[in-house]
Amino acid sequence: MINVNDILETIRMIQDENLDIRTITMGISLLDCIDADIDKACTKVYDKITRCAERLVKTGEDIEREYGIPIINKRISVTPIAIVSAACRKSPVKFAQTMDKAAQTVGVNLIGGFSALVQKGFSAGDLNLIHSIPEALSVTSRVCSSVNVGSTKTGINLDACHLMGQVVKEAAERTVDQKCFGAAKLVIFCNAPEDNPFMAGAFHGVGEPDCIINVGVSGPGVVRAAVAKHPDASITEIADVIKKTAFKITRMGQLVGSVASERLDVPFGIVDLSLAPTPAVGDSVAHILEEIGLAKCGTHGTTATLALLNDAVKKGGVMASSRIGGLSGAFIPVSEDAGMIDAAKSGALSIEKLEAMTAVCSVGLDMICIPGDTPAETIAAMIADEAAIGMVNSKTTAVRVIPAVGCKVGDELDFGGLFGSGPVMEVNQHSSAKFIKRGGQIPAPLQSLKN
Amino acid sequence: MRAVITVIGKDTVGILAKVSTICSDYNANIIDVTQTVMQDLFAMIMLVETDRMNTDFTAFTQEMKELGTSQCLSIHVMHEDIFNSMHKI
Repeated sequence: MINVNDILETIRMIQDENLDIRTITMGISLLDCIDADIDKACTKVYDKITRCAERLVKTGEDIEREYGIPIINKRISVTPIAIVSAACRKSPVKFAQTMDKAAQTVGVNLIGGFSALVQKGFSAGDLNLIHSIPEALSVTSRVCSSVNVGSTKTGINLDACHLMGQVVKEAAERTVDQKCFGAAKLVIFCNAPEDNPFMAGAFHGVGEPDCIINVGVSGPGVVRAAVAKHPDASITEIADVIKKTAFKITRMGQLVGSVASERLDVPFGIVDLSLAPTPAVGDSVAHILEEIGLAKCGTHGTTATLALLNDAVKKGGVMASSRIGGLSGAFIPVSEDAGMIDAAKSGALSIEKLEAMTAVCSVGLDMICIPGDTPAETIAAMIADEAAIGMVNSKTTAVRVIPAVGCKVGDELDFGGLFGSGPVMEVNQHSSAKFIKRGGQIPAPLQSLKN
Repeated sequence: MRAVITVIGKDTVGILAKVSTICSDYNANIIDVTQTVMQDLFAMIMLVETDRMNTDFTAFTQEMKELGTSQCLSIHVMHEDIFNSMHKI
């Protein structure tokens, strides 16, 4: 029989330390739905999503009950719509509405893939989609959008950064009545992964199979509790403790993913080794860093502790799973992490520090509220900065900032639920407009020449 | 499949009897039981075979949960594999 202590440890992790499977995400290819007639294309999209994901939510709930492990979200990602809608030459908003309707029918809370990949330039379909993002996000509730503006191989499309600065602002302005939530469903990437199960940046890459199951695990609370048991350990020992804990967390994801894939008769893709926080007490990445020994997340030493945490999570997780992918790293979304919210409110955590942190972890400037009057060029420059970190370090970086229309520094936006609430943070007041307006492509760095 | 039932709470008379009665009602075969009492805290772990159960697993889990609530105990029924995969390489 299984060791009693092991059983009690697992139960404690789930009951007291918020261990859960954050998401089971079904990736669905829509390449076979392409049609020059937008109505026909949308019908095919709706039929395919509802057919593939018909049993997704029910299967997730069954596994949850049988295995006793909470599965918080069941979600869908689809082929970037810019590719699917390119042949239609009409506004892709109709695709967003179709996705929203299909998501509602199958009972998932978010669907990702209203996306375009423009790291080296725009096609007509890409531009069409990008211009329609603010409208699409304001008329739908479940659709998430992402745009990839750079990669290590191609460099950074500065024109796309410029455009996305404006799109982020417009997405917020169009959803003022929903606390500018439109911008929270929009991610701008560099080196976007094609198999990411986490929203809002999930999309189903063109190199992926027709349908696949990807799993994202979580468990900042479990890691914090494990670190707390070793108050006097050296940092080497702490790394080891985190590694062992990450192994256990990831095994859970691997098990749930393989069971779900078997029951749905869909191939199992990857486990995303991520520490994804929630606003719930005891589920915070910032609190892990504070447990390691920082008085407040954001102070000196934050980058080093985060680098250690991120690396140890990966080392522990790699052994636990057959295939790793997605974003795989600790997330630092400000509004979704109780410790980050506290740190930002107290002034310990600034956007500049968050930017440094994104160089050593996943993913980027995430869920950060900024003043509503921040110029679009400044947002574009934030995007360019993050993309540069990703491009040079051959890693994924992203920007998801929410211009809080009508709010100033210190005010608070409350989104509710898993999206949490965030204080409006200070942004550098000096203009970056001339740089952004130059346009063009930042050339790929030497790191891209590996052949 | 095999499920692990864990019962944790204040030690009272007849906990084992109540849990095993439900197992018998649902035709779940008890394979192994281990229990410890630490001070007045009772912890019992039971391994049951659920393949020949006369109803679905969810109803069984629900009944156990209700028993737990009525007796002020924490009762969990979980698939054995969750523990195997987490603690064995």
